Amino acid sequence: MDYILSPWPWFVSGPLIATVMFLLVSFGKTFGMSSNLRTLCSLGGAGKISSFFDFDWREHQWNLWVVVGSILGGYIAVQFLSSTDSVGINPNTLAVLAEYGFEAPQNNLVPAELFSLEALQNPYNLALLISAGFMIGFGTRYAGGCTSGHAITGLSNLQLPSLVAVIGFFIGGLLMTHLFFPLFFKL
Amino acid sequence: MKAIKFLLTGIFFGIVLTKSEAVSWYRIVEMFRFESLHMYGIIGSAVITGVILLQLSKRFGIQTTEGNPIALPEKAKLYKKALLGGSIFGLGWALAGACPGPMFILFGAGYYSISIVILAALLGTFIYGLVAHKLP
Repeated sequence: MDYILSPWPWFVSGPLIATVMFLLVSFGKTFGMSSNLRTLCSLGGAGKISSFFDFDWREHQWNLWVVVGSILGGYIAVQFLSSTDSVGINPNTLAVLAEYGFEAPQNNLVPAELFSLEALQNPYNLALLISAGFMIGFGTRYAGGCTSGHAITGLSNLQLPSLVAVIGFFIGGLLMTHLFFPLFFKL
Repeated sequence: MKAIKFLLTGIFFGIVLTKSEAVSWYRIVEMFRFESLHMYGIIGSAVITGVILLQLSKRFGIQTTEGNPIALPEKAKLYKKALLGGSIFGLGWALAGACPGPMFILFGAGYYSISIVILAALLGTFIYGLVAHKLP
């Protein structure tokens, strides 16, 4: 039981994520989480405004069930399958984050300094989260996929455009972490 | 109920990503600082397993549950879009510490303020739909 309750090692998690991809492929579908954002826009009536959303969202309903499941999965994992082990982040990373004003994670998966209700009352933090979300939604559709569609599925299927997209993910991520984090968070 | 198998797959996905800490904001920072093998190990071993599963299923003609041969659509060869869009997504991924799967999983895990990121992502997708034809 300890093996289940402790954080899972990468060599267990990676193949299990590939299994999720393969299950969906074997159901005749694909693994792509960001597509749901487009489907949700369509469901909300965006098809009346832009032809990009003018399709029958019911055909993508299966993927919304994957979303519902993943929400439940997050709940189950935290409520029933977790011990109180803190996340074993590299101390060097934590030291740099401390310089930016982020305390050690304890058992948290996201920092209270950005995500707590208190932090959100600060318009600056709110603006950061909104811009982050906006770039995720805009960028994934522009690139034609996210980590699941390009990095996992695309690379598994040896797709060159997916490799280019993943290189893009890292260009953006490295710029954010090394160039913008010091600007945004340096005390 | 066709929905059940997708719901169960989603639950499994949510549990795996939470237990592997791939949904941890701190893990994403650590990854982009190259200070841990963890995330590279997850993505790398997922891709290697994925390549093997897809190659084996092609070789042995494994069929989908609907009776068709297993085949994945080719990704459109839009390299400029992949690079530009990918970079924009990467900026958001590193700042929010979550991509489109984990943001829903984190909501389930009880981090409700992630819904701000989800709503903003919906807005971003919507705006992309409006301006897509004008982009390079």
